Amino acid sequence: MNYKDFAKKEPRLAPGHGLCGGCAEPTIVKTVLGATDKPVIVANATGCLEVSTTIYPSSAWTVPWIHTAFENAAATVSGVETAYRSLKKQGRVKEDFKFVAFGGDGGTYDIGLQSLSGALERGHDFLYVCLDNEAYMNTGNQRSGATPYCANTTTAPVGKTSTGKTEWKKDLIKIAVAHNIPYAAQASVGNWLDLANKAEKALSIEGPKLLLVYSPCTTLWGFNSIKTVDIAKLAIETCMWPLYEVVDGQYKLSYKPKEKKPVAEYLKTHARFKHLFAPGNEALLAREQEMVDKKWAEILKLCGEGI
Amino acid sequence: MANKARPLTGAEAVAEAMRQIEPDVVAAYPITPQTPIVENYAKYVADGKVKTEMIRVESEHSAMSAVIGSCYTGARSMTATSSAGLAYMWEMLGIASGLRCPIVMPVANRALSAPLNIHCDHSDTMGAKDMGWIQIFAEDAQESYENTLLAIRIAEHKDVLLPIMPCMDGFITSHGVENVVIHDDAAVKKYVGPYSFHYNLLDYKKPITVGPIELTDYLFETKRQQVAAMENVPKVLPGIAKELAAITGNTFDVIEEYHSNDADAVIFTMSSAAGTTKTVVDRMRKQGKKVGLVKLRMFRPFPYERVRKALEGKKAVAVLDRSFAFGAAAPVYAEVKNALFDAPSKPKLQSYVFGIGGRDLSDVHIEAAFDRLLKGQITTKEDYLNLRE
Repeated sequence: MNYKDFAKKEPRLAPGHGLCGGCAEPTIVKTVLGATDKPVIVANATGCLEVSTTIYPSSAWTVPWIHTAFENAAATVSGVETAYRSLKKQGRVKEDFKFVAFGGDGGTYDIGLQSLSGALERGHDFLYVCLDNEAYMNTGNQRSGATPYCANTTTAPVGKTSTGKTEWKKDLIKIAVAHNIPYAAQASVGNWLDLANKAEKALSIEGPKLLLVYSPCTTLWGFNSIKTVDIAKLAIETCMWPLYEVVDGQYKLSYKPKEKKPVAEYLKTHARFKHLFAPGNEALLAREQEMVDKKWAEILKLCGEGI
Repeated sequence: MANKARPLTGAEAVAEAMRQIEPDVVAAYPITPQTPIVENYAKYVADGKVKTEMIRVESEHSAMSAVIGSCYTGARSMTATSSAGLAYMWEMLGIASGLRCPIVMPVANRALSAPLNIHCDHSDTMGAKDMGWIQIFAEDAQESYENTLLAIRIAEHKDVLLPIMPCMDGFITSHGVENVVIHDDAAVKKYVGPYSFHYNLLDYKKPITVGPIELTDYLFETKRQQVAAMENVPKVLPGIAKELAAITGNTFDVIEEYHSNDADAVIFTMSSAAGTTKTVVDRMRKQGKKVGLVKLRMFRPFPYERVRKALEGKKAVAVLDRSFAFGAAAPVYAEVKNALFDAPSKPKLQSYVFGIGGRDLSDVHIEAAFDRLLKGQITTKEDYLNLRE
């Protein structure tokens, strides 16, 4: 995949949708769906992407698209893919199709985890894309299993006796890899080419695939909407969001920062972490750095890389 | 020539109906007492007797989600469930009907927890009565089989396009062995016909957006169309039932009137209880007592007009419900009372709840209910049959 070829493609998500200016989601969606020229059917979990692209009687989707509920994009796509397989076996469909499900972190890490696990275990031929903006953003920034340590959310808010979320986020890639799927990868809107290549690779592999994509939320993380990609790049450079893939269980690092930046540089760009820089909270900041370092070391080890 | 009857359980009979329907996709999760339907069907798939692709989902919620997806992908799609399984797919029941999916889902009725109980009552499907699904109830295994065939044609009718639950009594019908006539494969397949749902996600050159968000400006109109679809059911049903009767020799009607025309005392009920009631009616008729039965076969859409006509002018009617509606009148009774509001001559009505959690309803209980109706012992209070109080 290269920028030039991609730019010539008809986008599979048309302009005119209602997602926020600066939202990473449309870029990710167009990139993933542009990574194949085959017909694609999309299943979408309830969330920002779904509500902002399909306000009846309009639709921004130029490909067949289905939404049924919040926690079941993987189950819905299971049905779509199985129907296709059944009809293909009977000679009632000729073309090859690709199946892609999109869900947010809430619809994937939390309420949709069982449905995702079932679909991965059953081995359906589909790509599940989790758009991770680290909280329930469609409903206004409530804590999810993907919310990072200390982030301020409306259901685990910073207060006189609270410093935001007290837990680290779940490792969704590890959960997916535990299903022995052929491909799982972490990507980011901050590295377009890596995202495009991973989507292309995933869609060329048969079986269940997971792509976990970092998707900054300008509105509720609290940053200037022109900074989406910059913030995503900072997450990569600070190792808050490492880029790697797992092919048939083998971890492989996609990018190693030349010089790993301090986590504070990333955290200070968001309103949701503002309290970490208040006097007295130095220990929290140190803890945040410690946890990122630990996770990064673990990923390097899994990828067979030296620290 | 008609096929010979053979001993089958209700679940086996429904699995036979599914074999003849041969859906493109079946997604199901096991739950007692639905399990033998799915097990029998899985064996047909394993033996290559059907072309179906099965999805052994990890939950009923996913079962319903998957069949919604597959029904929009050009595939005739079925599932089956009971009790907690039906409760677990609650959210998706409304989505299946809201998206106008012609899904057929046999249900083996079972009590809802708590406390846990695996036996028959109707609390599961009665809880789902207002989810936009058509509901038909079978007295026995033969009806369970034929209702499943009928269900496909109702659900997929272009003026209906609604999901449907053909229900049978868990264990009593699902596991009881009866003589069942499985009709000729070719005739049944011709009756069922090809899947006819005109929306297809595979039609990528004409991409459709299924399940968008509708706000204050559209949802009301969309839901009103669901009401109209339900209203169309009684219009299309006679033709569909007549075609099936040409194969089976049995007539499906929304109600069955059994010696009720000249009866002084009528029992109004559904499902297997109707079979027991028929035996009691026969016996009491021989004793010269004018008793009769009105069996309800379709609960949604509720045939108000037909029920009113069947019951108006009667002296006494007892409605036997196999579920509670805590804090309100039992569901079948409530509908019957509603149907009779416009009747020029209303019968006295007694509500009985029976059979909760599989509690037996035997001939003696039904006879006692008839006797009380004949003696005019009718109250405005809900009463119970075979309950220790």
